[in-house]
Amino acid sequence: MASAGGQRRDAAIVGIYEYPLRKVEGITPLEIKAESAKQALDDAGFKWSDVDAIYDAGDGGGAGGLGIAEYFGWQPNVIDTTAVGGSSYEFQASHALRDIAAGKARVALLTYGSTSRMNAVAIGTGGRTSAGPPSPVGNMEDSWGMTLIANYALVAQRHMYQYGTTSEQLAEISVATRHHAMRNPQAVRAMDDLGFVDTGELTVQDVVESRMVADPLHLLDSCMISDGGGAVVIASADAARGAKKKPVWLIGSGEATRYPTNDRDITRSAAEQSGPVAFGEAGVRPDEIDIAMIYDSFTITVLTILEDLGFCKKGEGGQFVQGGRLRYDTGSLPLNTDGGGLSSNHPGMRGIFLLIEAARQLRGESTSQVKDAKLALAHGNGGMLGSRHSGGTIILARD
Amino acid sequence: MATRPLPRFPEPDTEPFWQATKEHRLTYATCDECGKVVFFPRRHCPNCGSSRQTWHDSQGAGTIYSYSVIRQNRHPAFKDLGAYAIAYVDLDEGFRILSNIVGVADPTKDIKIGQRVRLRWEDQEGGEVSLPMFAPA
Repeated sequence: MASAGGQRRDAAIVGIYEYPLRKVEGITPLEIKAESAKQALDDAGFKWSDVDAIYDAGDGGGAGGLGIAEYFGWQPNVIDTTAVGGSSYEFQASHALRDIAAGKARVALLTYGSTSRMNAVAIGTGGRTSAGPPSPVGNMEDSWGMTLIANYALVAQRHMYQYGTTSEQLAEISVATRHHAMRNPQAVRAMDDLGFVDTGELTVQDVVESRMVADPLHLLDSCMISDGGGAVVIASADAARGAKKKPVWLIGSGEATRYPTNDRDITRSAAEQSGPVAFGEAGVRPDEIDIAMIYDSFTITVLTILEDLGFCKKGEGGQFVQGGRLRYDTGSLPLNTDGGGLSSNHPGMRGIFLLIEAARQLRGESTSQVKDAKLALAHGNGGMLGSRHSGGTIILARD
Repeated sequence: MATRPLPRFPEPDTEPFWQATKEHRLTYATCDECGKVVFFPRRHCPNCGSSRQTWHDSQGAGTIYSYSVIRQNRHPAFKDLGAYAIAYVDLDEGFRILSNIVGVADPTKDIKIGQRVRLRWEDQEGGEVSLPMFAPA
């Protein structure tokens, strides 16, 4: 295992691409994935034929790893079909790090493509929660009119009860994220294309006065539904030497899941397990992180995860996000500097954009650049926070 | 209003639970090996893996662990409800169930975490199953 001052130097992100449009017509998820793959490989300065490991969550009807290798035209040494929801990309990055360090892979490709908006996929609306054949969970959960946002609202309600967290505190996350989105031309265009009523800077008041959707979460506590996608190329140290740009090293990773039990504290997420593992492997502490990319399906998702990762004590997330702490320029923990799922990009699974923006920050390429950013964190959440979900934590560093 | 999505069968793990609802019995299982409550119902104990278990009737009394009020749901089965509440209810016997809170005038004001609730059955058309819901005790 290669290292620099104790930190791993086994695998690095060398190519990234975020598909620029959030409202697409006449293009499929598979085509978005392929276009993003080509652009990310170009960003790395690599050839199409360099890819020898693929990671795929089965999005876009690509039949997972089996169909996607054929669609792209590769015969890789690693075919990984990890699909655990929005965090799939953090899990896949963790696996790419492992596979590259083990000498099984040299150039790994992660791709995402979705036309959730175009297909008017009711990601958040009601009806039967479970798809597919009858299942125990489906039979116990389908009849109550649960919606996606209500699932998260159950967590927010309990968090407010246990710790006194307020809607105003949750709103700070939307305010900070929107501030960053305003500086990201793609996010500004996204909000316009998607018909956002309010496309300017937000105040806490704007958020708490927006329509209540599922108590206690308001419209502006919730992410957008967009089209889009992207790709990330992760390479071995040896291959990275031939890349165009400075490598963004993956130095730690962790994976976990949490789900309903008969006595689970739902204010605690999978991040409380995946985080310490990632930080331990990386040999860094939360207070050393310069930029945090945290899955923001809803404001409560970010708040909960910040606590569980150890940026603050459990229950103190409300105070933590106040006072401008999350701003890219003046805050002590810049958050979601691309504008997040709340105001930039969320086609259903957002995890790949966390890796992309973390890489941008460590390269110095972000639209809300954190000065001298050296250490970044990406934490993806998959599934639903109030019931079954997955957590994937990645720590990144530059030389 | 269209019928709610109902449990589907064959589904052997939850079948005994839903059979009992036809008789207005809310039931749960405990593991014969380790004594832990097994819920959601499934044949293998998630604590020790044993498949020997015993079913019990619940008294139907519990406490609201958390809830949310869905202000509007366009789905045909729920659209006429207006604002309605979904909740995790902790039954006194030690299992947690997802359900609706009913029997309140204003769900946005009349429901609290920690509130004591009591079982209230909502029979479904065709008598296939009955849905266990909860109202303030």
